[in-house]
Amino acid sequence: MRYIGKKLITMLVTVLIVTLLVFFAFRVIPGDPAVNMLGIKATPEKVERLREQMGLNRPLIIRYLEWLKDFFFGDMGKSYSYGSSVSDMLKSKIPITVALTLISFLFVIAIAIPLGIHTAKHEDKWYSKVLDVLNQIMMSVPPFFIGMLLTYLFGIILRWFTPGGYVSYRDSFAGFISYLILPSLAIAIPKAAMTNKLLKSSLLKESRLDYVRTAYSRGNSTSEVLYKHVLKNAMIPVITFLGMTLADIVAGSLIVEQVFSIPGIGRLLITSISNRDYPVVQAIITIIACIVILNNFIVDVLYKMIDPRISR
Amino acid sequence: MNRKIRENFKLYTGMLISGLMLILAVIGLKFTPYDPNEMDVSSRLAGISMAHVMGCDNFGRDIFSRILAGIGTTMTVAVGTVFIGIVLGTVVGALTGYYGGRVDEILMRFNDAVLAFPALLLALVFISVMGPGKYNVMTALGILFAPGYARIIRGEFLRCRNLDYVQSAKLMGAGDMRIMFVHILPNAFQVMLSTIAIGFNNAVLAEAGMSFLGIGVQPPDPSLGLMLSEAQSYLFVRPGYAICTGIAIVLLILGFSMLSEGLENNA
Repeated sequence: MRYIGKKLITMLVTVLIVTLLVFFAFRVIPGDPAVNMLGIKATPEKVERLREQMGLNRPLIIRYLEWLKDFFFGDMGKSYSYGSSVSDMLKSKIPITVALTLISFLFVIAIAIPLGIHTAKHEDKWYSKVLDVLNQIMMSVPPFFIGMLLTYLFGIILRWFTPGGYVSYRDSFAGFISYLILPSLAIAIPKAAMTNKLLKSSLLKESRLDYVRTAYSRGNSTSEVLYKHVLKNAMIPVITFLGMTLADIVAGSLIVEQVFSIPGIGRLLITSISNRDYPVVQAIITIIACIVILNNFIVDVLYKMIDPRISR
Repeated sequence: MNRKIRENFKLYTGMLISGLMLILAVIGLKFTPYDPNEMDVSSRLAGISMAHVMGCDNFGRDIFSRILAGIGTTMTVAVGTVFIGIVLGTVVGALTGYYGGRVDEILMRFNDAVLAFPALLLALVFISVMGPGKYNVMTALGILFAPGYARIIRGEFLRCRNLDYVQSAKLMGAGDMRIMFVHILPNAFQVMLSTIAIGFNNAVLAEAGMSFLGIGVQPPDPSLGLMLSEAQSYLFVRPGYAICTGIAIVLLILGFSMLSEGLENNA
């Protein structure tokens, strides 16, 4: 329990640091928001009144706390370019990105874990070297390029799906999920290759230890030793890696959304950056940051549950 | 294959690929067969020919020249990024590792917070504040990579500061700065090598991703990521454009990642 408490405090401190950084980063931008809204021809009195209304005259630290409080209660301000509330804009887009991230993560696990076990078991077969080389190459292909290759293969040569033919989850849930399969694969393949490699080396390292020999000498079969003893220990570094991967997948989905024209928060973020729509950018970055921090916290706790030896 | 090469196959392959890409980058910066930005309407989307070995893009620019120049740009950004990252990281890591204390404690907390994030995401914050462009990408990524280097350098300094050779340097009357940067730093650098290689790898990936999104390197600077996003619109007519550009990115990343793993095995 003490461990969880300690990690919880670390998490809160990190949230504070990150939100503080994001908040101040967007205050460094030259230009007065009040002037931006009224135009340069506005009289100084008008600007002053708007500044008063928007609360721009108060000290930064107070404004930060106010912003944090509003953010916590779901009020993320108004978009500069659309004039609508940021939280309304995000509401319909977050589920899309979350679905994309989760499906990709499932793919990583579903591909990497069986593959890693298989390659570790058959280390000395002739094809293991070939698989190693292929794996090394797969690790180096950026998700957006895989996305384009998949579009070319399945969309243009095989014609199994329509490139850019995104289906909203409101219209057809099955259509939505099946459209997300290729983008998720594009995100998952390099990550799965990395996980596979780590799992394989972890399994091989673990299987040389003394307790494995003991387990064999007590008459266990290979698969019993593998699944009951070795795998459990070998998974520890893999789980940490998968935890970090989830954060990377979120970042990867921002780019892959662009390749497959999926209207998730990634696309909104990129258009908002180009339009200098700061309230939207600030809100999206903060949300993703909080997700990443929460994810790191969960990984830490899981890690402790799997391996009781850890107490930092 | 002799034994030494087989033992560290990765290091040599990595060196080979990265070396090749470096040569292409140097060629790309100065001696491309065509001007990478020269448009020629008559050869718009031209196919493969003796004159244009990879064909031409939608503005009639020679793709092969553009890929070479793109490798040059990407490599320049990667070198700049890693350089900024190392300089900042070394200074912070050396000071905190050597002196320790409260400042060290606070800076490391801060470091952990930054390290926990995907670099791409924080780079987006920087870019949205400072605006896109080659130099801003370099600065943003460099600053973001610094904490990673700082942590490693700090660990080395922490380990070295009580070793005999540091103590004797102190007895000889060397100042703190001299001990840090003349005595300890050269010893710490060995450990940095594989991290530097992986830094190149991450820089290439981040730069390509950001340029692909249109918020990294801006035209007319040729960039592999930007070219890939242009090529996507012509995937139907000229798949070769996207594939050649993509392979260039893959080779850059593959070379650096193998180099890094090889160096790690060597250490």
